[in-house]
Amino acid sequence: MMAYIIRRALYGIPILIGVNIITFMLFFVVNSPDDMARMHLGMKRVAPEAIEKWKQEHGYDKPLLYNAVASGTKSLTDTIFFEKSIKLFQFEFGSSDSGRDIGYDISQRMWPSLAIALPTLIVGLAINITFALLIAFFRATYIDYWSVVLCVVMMSISTLFYIIGGQYVVSKLLHLVPISGYDTGMSAVKFLILPVIIGVIGGIGSGTRWYRTLFLEEINKDYVRTARSKGLSENRVLFQHVLKNAMIPILTGVVVILPLLFMGSLITENFFGIPGLGSYTIEAINRQDFAIVRSMVFLGSVLYILGLILTDISYTLVDPRVRLS
Amino acid sequence: MSLASNTIKRFVQYSGMLILVSLLAACGNDSWNNPYSAKESDKNILYSSFSERPKHLDPVRSYSSNEYLFIAQIYEPPLQYHFLKRPYELIPLTATEVPQARYFDAAGTQLPNDVDSAQVAFSEYEITIQPGIRYQPHPAFARDADGHHLYHELAADYIESVNTLGDFPKTSTREATAEDYVYQIKRLADARLHSPLRGMLGGYIIGFADYSKRLEEIYSALKTPTDTTPFLDLRQHEMEGVKVLDRYRYRIQIKGKYPQLVYWLAMPFFAPMPWEADLFYSQPGMKKRNITLNWYPVGTGPFMLTENNPNLRMTLARNPNFHGERYPVEGEAEDRANGLLNDAGRPLPFIEKAVYSLERESIPYWNKFLQGFYDASGISSDSFDQAVQLGNQGEATLTDEMEQRGIKLVTAVQTSSFYMGFNMRDPVIGGLDERGRLLRRAISIAVDYEEYISIFNNGRGVPAQGPIPPGIFGFREGEAGINRYIYDLINGKPKRKSIEEAKALLAQAGYPGGQDKNTGSSLVLHYEAIGSGPDEKARLNWILKQFKKLGIQLVIRATDYNRFQEKMLKGTGQIFSWGWNADYPDPENFLFLLYGPNSKAGNGGENAANYSNPEFDRLFDQMKNMDNSPQRQAVIDQIIALVRKDAPWAFGFHPKGFTLYHAWYHNAKPNLMANNTLKYKRLDPQLRKQKRTEWNPPIIWPILVLLILLVLSVIPAAILHRQRERSAAK
Repeated sequence: MMAYIIRRALYGIPILIGVNIITFMLFFVVNSPDDMARMHLGMKRVAPEAIEKWKQEHGYDKPLLYNAVASGTKSLTDTIFFEKSIKLFQFEFGSSDSGRDIGYDISQRMWPSLAIALPTLIVGLAINITFALLIAFFRATYIDYWSVVLCVVMMSISTLFYIIGGQYVVSKLLHLVPISGYDTGMSAVKFLILPVIIGVIGGIGSGTRWYRTLFLEEINKDYVRTARSKGLSENRVLFQHVLKNAMIPILTGVVVILPLLFMGSLITENFFGIPGLGSYTIEAINRQDFAIVRSMVFLGSVLYILGLILTDISYTLVDPRVRLS
Repeated sequence: MSLASNTIKRFVQYSGMLILVSLLAACGNDSWNNPYSAKESDKNILYSSFSERPKHLDPVRSYSSNEYLFIAQIYEPPLQYHFLKRPYELIPLTATEVPQARYFDAAGTQLPNDVDSAQVAFSEYEITIQPGIRYQPHPAFARDADGHHLYHELAADYIESVNTLGDFPKTSTREATAEDYVYQIKRLADARLHSPLRGMLGGYIIGFADYSKRLEEIYSALKTPTDTTPFLDLRQHEMEGVKVLDRYRYRIQIKGKYPQLVYWLAMPFFAPMPWEADLFYSQPGMKKRNITLNWYPVGTGPFMLTENNPNLRMTLARNPNFHGERYPVEGEAEDRANGLLNDAGRPLPFIEKAVYSLERESIPYWNKFLQGFYDASGISSDSFDQAVQLGNQGEATLTDEMEQRGIKLVTAVQTSSFYMGFNMRDPVIGGLDERGRLLRRAISIAVDYEEYISIFNNGRGVPAQGPIPPGIFGFREGEAGINRYIYDLINGKPKRKSIEEAKALLAQAGYPGGQDKNTGSSLVLHYEAIGSGPDEKARLNWILKQFKKLGIQLVIRATDYNRFQEKMLKGTGQIFSWGWNADYPDPENFLFLLYGPNSKAGNGGENAANYSNPEFDRLFDQMKNMDNSPQRQAVIDQIIALVRKDAPWAFGFHPKGFTLYHAWYHNAKPNLMANNTLKYKRLDPQLRKQKRTEWNPPIIWPILVLLILLVLSVIPAAILHRQRERSAAK
């Protein structure tokens, strides 16, 4: 298995290089180094030499991808792309274009992101599985039919609607929790209740439908028929046999997103004023801070690859028939 | 009992517990939705917000309003604006008096004050600061028993263990001296610090540009691969035009005459900077820990930054070493009636702390204001109708809902100008010939800014008659101030000329009905637009409609801000919209936007229209060095007449700021020049606490109803389940 993991990790390197090139090109198609300098130096009274100086200090005074003036390998290495990318592979994120240490900022901002993402995932998973099992239990009845309709309606509603509606009803009308904000330690709890509830409710439609499909697929398998023929009650069939076997796709589906929980939610964090990594990325894009944008995209890619590897490993743990080779 | 029934039972039990816990929590006096600590509910703390994290808190570099919100309360330049008096008046802050310029000829002989500026070779400003002004507590000043600075030679591993400034256990202070003010001026010349004033000051302060070059050479020699930002003690390097005279006096020498310098002396750019702080933050490793002057200011002002988390919250607390200041005892005539002099002579500041929370979205911000969790608020377009109603005469009053809450509305025309600019280098829309003038004037009439203000600004603005906004010397009220090229005077009020008159001008320009009379082809103009969101689209449609009134075919060239800037710098744009916010209350700060040598294309200046009229430039050179006087007004009148005739801009509007304050918030008078007004604000925390409780009672019955409905909805399912379990297998 070790060899498999190493091989998968090595496969990740060309993927990361590709992601890095695409991020680089997309960013610099929209923003030139001059634009970045202007954005950081401000809009008023910016002299052309100040722009040049800023570019020089931040390493943006070189050619983007290919240095026609340099010779040999320097034509590739003496470029913005190479100099900005090489340290990423050593997980040295360096400083943002405004001078702050990115690694430190990430280490500070991943906790608020996790504080929302983890409870949302766990509570959402529990609720979605429960609902899906109940719907599967009442399959082919009016409860099943109307539950599916409700799920489709719920998954068709924009996240933004849930957020604004939730803030309006829970915070503005009922005055139950703060409308937005964040704090550290236990004081954070009152700020997390609403985003977590909204995250869970927003995910019920799609989650329940997905798990219902998994359960219905399991219900039609031979072992279920055998269990029923042995005289087991429907409750035992569902909760002890179907649930256990359906956990394989559920678990692997959860494992793949676990590392990405660190990356936070762009919209939720913005609306609730939560200082996580999602809002960090949005801010960086708005401020044309390439150093942060490439670091966050790189980190996201690494975590995604990690998630896929973990998924493969989790298959072997939950299903003894699977062997990695 | 079945597993499903168990699950339902547990769900009901847990819900009950949740409600019980919630009810117990409700026994406290505090609102459940209070985003702040309950312990601070009755404290003398001001609550406000910021929507964008400040980029720089180093006074050498900060230049935007979201940065001044903080640093203007921390750093103290020599001068400040009087809080209440209008027109704006400079008064001493840390200086003993407002410095008066002394003029000298090339031989160094002092000239009389009313000398013609052409004879002045250089001018001198001698600034005396008050003794006894001390810095906030800071580790950079801490010393051991032997008098050595504790944190000036830190080991790398010590710095690695530090996360914030608060991790340094010892702090101290010292008195601010003239040398600190000079030190800061030298920092302004340091190219590494990217001060926006560096270029401008290089043209005025004697020796400034040379000093800047010298510093670059010294830094290049000092730089090592491991330390790319070495510390340089600027005290050891003299600047020709800036001298320390003694402990409390320093002198600035200016090339020729530049009366506007005193306004800059009221901005944080010229606040004192202790060399100890510069050294402290320059130590290798500090930047990696994000401990820099950009994030941890060191000032002498009434407040100091005690919490710096720009991703969440910024907190200003009283500086225990503040030298003290008193609330003004005089103001405008109506200030006493408005209660703005109730605190006359009382020591400042009034509040203990100011907490600024990051609030990016306008909806939560507005709702928190209505709930009493922010003390003051602007009004976004979304909430305008909820807050304000406009009378028949356009006067703004609060809605009943706001009145009932005791909210107060304060409005002020801002010292800003928004305009539609024409690129004067463009062969079609530009040029100083009569054809170009008539074309631009026709467009200026057609673009109905009264309608624009009404549609897009909820009536919050005043149509502009020229480049100078109200409140700035040179602005003329009433009939004398009306742009007769665009407006007629009817019943003593300006009325935009009719579209027929605009069409007639267009025909005179050679484009009857929007057709070129020589070629017969349609007149096609291009508008450089930024952004493409729904709001922007509505605005662009409106602009298209204005040009269509004249039969002109307008092509919108929408792009992003970067490309827009690029077009402006290259001078390839044709028509665009832009604005300017005053740095200081002097007409020079607006008229320089039309000064030829300041053109954007070619010179990178702020004259985006690239207007270049030798007569304007001559008058501007004459006006900029004059003191405010009838003679200066006469020159300004000539300048305004010239730009109205040439019409390089379609003068747009001066926005009107609307701000709402709760009943517990006192001394709210808009001061568009001063940024250090936090010290004047006074609160009634007890009233705030009472209102917050009154306005935010937790309402839990809908949750209970929801739970009951949920339980009831389970009953049919439970019956169905029971039937199924009991039925025979099919």
